[in-house]
Amino acid sequence: MAKFSLTRRALLISGVATGVLAGTGLPSMAATPPGVLVVGQIAEPKALDPAAVTAVNDFRILMNIYDGLVRYKSGTLEVEPALAESWTISEDGKTYVFKLRPGVKFHDGTPLDAEAVKFNFDRMLDENHPYHHTGPFPLAFFFSSVDTVEASDASTVTFTLKEPYAPFLSNLAYPTGLIVSPEAVKTSDKDFGRNPVGTGPFTFKEWRPNEAVVVEGNPDYWDGATSLKAVIFRPITDANTRVAEMLSGGIDLMVEVPPVALKEFQNDKYHLVEQAGPHLWFLILDCAKGPFKDKRVRQAANYAINKEAIVNDVLEGTATVANGPTPAAFAWAHDDQLKPYPYDPEKAKALIKEAGVEGQEVTFYVTDGGSGMLDPVPMATAIQADLKAVGLNAKIETFEWNTFLGKVNPGLDAKGQHVDMAEMAWMTNDPDTLPYLALRTDAWPDKGGFNSGYYSNPEVDKLLEEARTATDQSKRAELYKKMQQIVHDDAPWVFVANWKQNAVTNDKVSDFTLQPSFFLLLKDVKKA
Amino acid sequence: MGGYILKRLALAVPVILGITVIVFLIMAMIPGDPATAILGSYATPENVAKLNRDLGLDQPLVARYFIWLWNMLHGDFGQSFSLNRPVIDEVLERFNNTLILAGSSFVLCSVLGILAGVVSAARQYGFADKAITFAVLLGISIPSFFLGMMMILIFAVDLQWLPVSGMYAIYGGGDLPDLIHHLTMPALALAVVATGVIARLSRSAMLEVLRQDFIRTARAKGVHERRVICGHALRAAMVSIIPVLGIQAGFVLSGAVYIEIVFQWPGIGRMLVDAILQRDILLVQGGVVFVAACYVIFNIIVDVAQSLLDPRIKT
Repeated sequence: MAKFSLTRRALLISGVATGVLAGTGLPSMAATPPGVLVVGQIAEPKALDPAAVTAVNDFRILMNIYDGLVRYKSGTLEVEPALAESWTISEDGKTYVFKLRPGVKFHDGTPLDAEAVKFNFDRMLDENHPYHHTGPFPLAFFFSSVDTVEASDASTVTFTLKEPYAPFLSNLAYPTGLIVSPEAVKTSDKDFGRNPVGTGPFTFKEWRPNEAVVVEGNPDYWDGATSLKAVIFRPITDANTRVAEMLSGGIDLMVEVPPVALKEFQNDKYHLVEQAGPHLWFLILDCAKGPFKDKRVRQAANYAINKEAIVNDVLEGTATVANGPTPAAFAWAHDDQLKPYPYDPEKAKALIKEAGVEGQEVTFYVTDGGSGMLDPVPMATAIQADLKAVGLNAKIETFEWNTFLGKVNPGLDAKGQHVDMAEMAWMTNDPDTLPYLALRTDAWPDKGGFNSGYYSNPEVDKLLEEARTATDQSKRAELYKKMQQIVHDDAPWVFVANWKQNAVTNDKVSDFTLQPSFFLLLKDVKKA
Repeated sequence: MGGYILKRLALAVPVILGITVIVFLIMAMIPGDPATAILGSYATPENVAKLNRDLGLDQPLVARYFIWLWNMLHGDFGQSFSLNRPVIDEVLERFNNTLILAGSSFVLCSVLGILAGVVSAARQYGFADKAITFAVLLGISIPSFFLGMMMILIFAVDLQWLPVSGMYAIYGGGDLPDLIHHLTMPALALAVVATGVIARLSRSAMLEVLRQDFIRTARAKGVHERRVICGHALRAAMVSIIPVLGIQAGFVLSGAVYIEIVFQWPGIGRMLVDAILQRDILLVQGGVVFVAACYVIFNIIVDVAQSLLDPRIKT
C-alpha cells in the first residue's frame, strides 16, 4: 500500500511535469508564410456589414473587403472615382447621377449594377425595405438627406436629395457607404455581418470568434490584384500584450502604438509610420455659467496650457498642436494662417486678474479612455498644473468613457450639474460635421446637438449653415476659414492637439502607408 | 443524501432569481447606455432614441425584466449588441475556454498546493518547510497580472519559447499540443496565488491532524511514516482542505479575468469586461447569470463531497 500511494503521487507529479514540458518543448512560433500578413487589431469586430457598424476598428477590415461608389484619393481626404467611374451634380446641388464602372463583380459572382446600389441604400434608409431588419443601421443618418435612389439603367444610379448637402460625396467614401452584395444579404439575412461579400481587393475567408478574421487576395480585383495571399486580423484588446506580440513576431503590423512603447520600435527591425488625421482633442468650456462665461478667461485657459509640452512629453510626439476647431488634415478647409495660442502664462495671469476670477475653483470632467481620447488622465493632470500656475484651481473628476459621455453630452449644466470644463475628442470624415454638431446655437444639447458648452455666435451659425449647403468648394473653404478665425478668438474650447495616427510594421513588410482618413488600406502592401 | 441534494437545489432557485434581479438592476442603473456606446461621437438624442427603439430598449424597466426572464426560461438569452450573435453561443464558447484555463489551473494549484503543504508539515521547521514557506509567501504576494506580464516578457519576447497570447496558433495549429503550448503560461500565472493559499492551509490542517492521538497510535503500531502521512493524516486533513479548494476554485475562476486580459485568452472574464465597457446589456446579464448559476452548482457539489467525506456533517 505504501508503494501504491507513492506511485500515485509520482504519477501526478510526472503528469504535470510532462504537461509543462510538452508545452515548452514545442517549436516556439509557427511563422507565417510569405504573403500572409498578420494585423494586430484593438478589438473583436462587431460585424463586417458596413452599414451596421460604427467602430474604426471594424472599418479597418471593411475597407479591404468592400468598395464604395467613391473613395478618398490616397494621402488626401478628397474623393475620387471607385465603383462609380464618373458622376455629375445638378446645378441646384440636389441630384447626383453616377455612372458605374462596367464589368465589376461581387465576390459571389453577381454583377455590381445600379439595382445593387439602390438595394444598398434602400436597405439602410427605407424602414419598409424587405431587408431593413438586417440592421440596425446606426450611421444611416449620414444619408438622411437622400430622398430617392433610382436605377436609371443598368449602369446609372441617380440620387435625389431633399436639400443640397455638400458632405454627401465625402460620406459616400466613408465605410457606411460601402457597397455590399444584395444576393449575399438575401442568402445570409441577419447573418450577413458574419458572411460579408463585397467587391474589394480581398475576399472574406473565415471568422474564428475572438481569434481571427481571415481575408484572401482577390485575383480579379478591378483596380489590380494585391500581392498578398491573405491578411489575418487578430483582436488583441490589451495594448501591452499587443506590443509584446509585435516584439515576439506574433503579428506583422499593429496600429495605435501606445506612446510609451514607441522607443521599443525605433530601430532597424521595425518601421514606424505616422499620419496626421482629421482628429481634434479639445476642452469644452462652459460659456453659459461660471468663470469661463467671460471670453477673457477662456482665452486665458488657451494661453495657460502648454500644448507643446503635452504633445511632446505626455504624448511622446504622437500628436501635433491644434490651431483651431478644424484639423489640418482637411487641407482645403483648414486655415493655415491661424496660429495656435502661444504658451504665455503671464498673459493668462493678466487676463484672469482682469476678469477677477483669480484663485477660483473650476470643475474638470476627465475620462479614463475612449475613442480618440489619447492619454486623457496624464493630459488632464498636465492641464491642471498649467491652470494652477495662472490662478485657476481645476478639480478633476474622472469617469469611465460611457459614463463620461452620459454626463457631458447632455450639456455641462444639464441634469442639475455644473461643470466648467470637460475633455473631448472628435474624428470626422469631413470638415462640416464637428462644427455643425458642436458649435452652432441650434446644436445646444437640448436641441439635439453636441454643443455641450453652450457656445453661441450668430455669425458662426450663419457661416456654418451656408458652408454646409454651398456646393462650390472654394466658397466653402472661404466660409470655413472665416468660421475658424472667429471661433479661435471666441475660444469656446481650448484647442489642444491633433492626433497623428501611428502604426508599426516589422522588416518583412514593405510599401505600407497610413491614410489621413485613418482607414487601413492593405492592397498595395507586400510581405516577404 | 438524495433529500439533502434536492433541498440544496431547491434553495438555489431563489438565489439565482435574486441574481437575475440584481444584475438586471445594475445594468439598468449604471450611467451610459448601449446606444451611446454604439454611436460614440454621433450619439445625438435623436439617434439614441431611434437606436434604443431598434434595440427594444424603449420599453418600461419591469416589462424588459420579465421579457428577458421569460425568454431565458425558454433558452433564449437574446442577441449581443456588440458582437451581433446570440448571447448563449458566445457565453458557452467563452465559458468553455475559461473552464479549460481555470480547470487546468485548478488542477495545478490543488496538486502542487496540497503536495507543498504535506511536505512542509511532514518536515516542519526543516529546510524543505522553510523553502516552501518562502516560495509560498512570494507567490501569494505577486499580483497575477504582473506575474503574467513578466512571464510574457521573459518566456515569449526574450526567450521566444512560448506564444505571447491567444489560445491557438493563428496559422496552422489548433490541435492539443498547440493548446497546451498556449495554455502553459496563463495556467501557471493563474495558479500561483491559489497554490500558495492551498499550501499554507494544507500545512496547518496537516499539522493539526498530526498532533492527534490516532496518529500517535498509528506510529506506535509501527505503521510506515509515509503511510501515516499520506494515508491517515492527509485523509483526515482533506476534510478541512476540500472547502478551501472549493473557495479557491471560485478565486481561480474570478482571477481568470485578469489573466484572460493579459494573455488575450478568449474566456468569459474578458468577454464580461468588454461587454460592460460597451454596455452590451444582454451579454452582461446572460454571462453573469450563467457564471453565477455554475458557481452555485459548484458549491453544492463541494458541500456534497464534504458530507460524503465526513459523515459528521449533517445532511
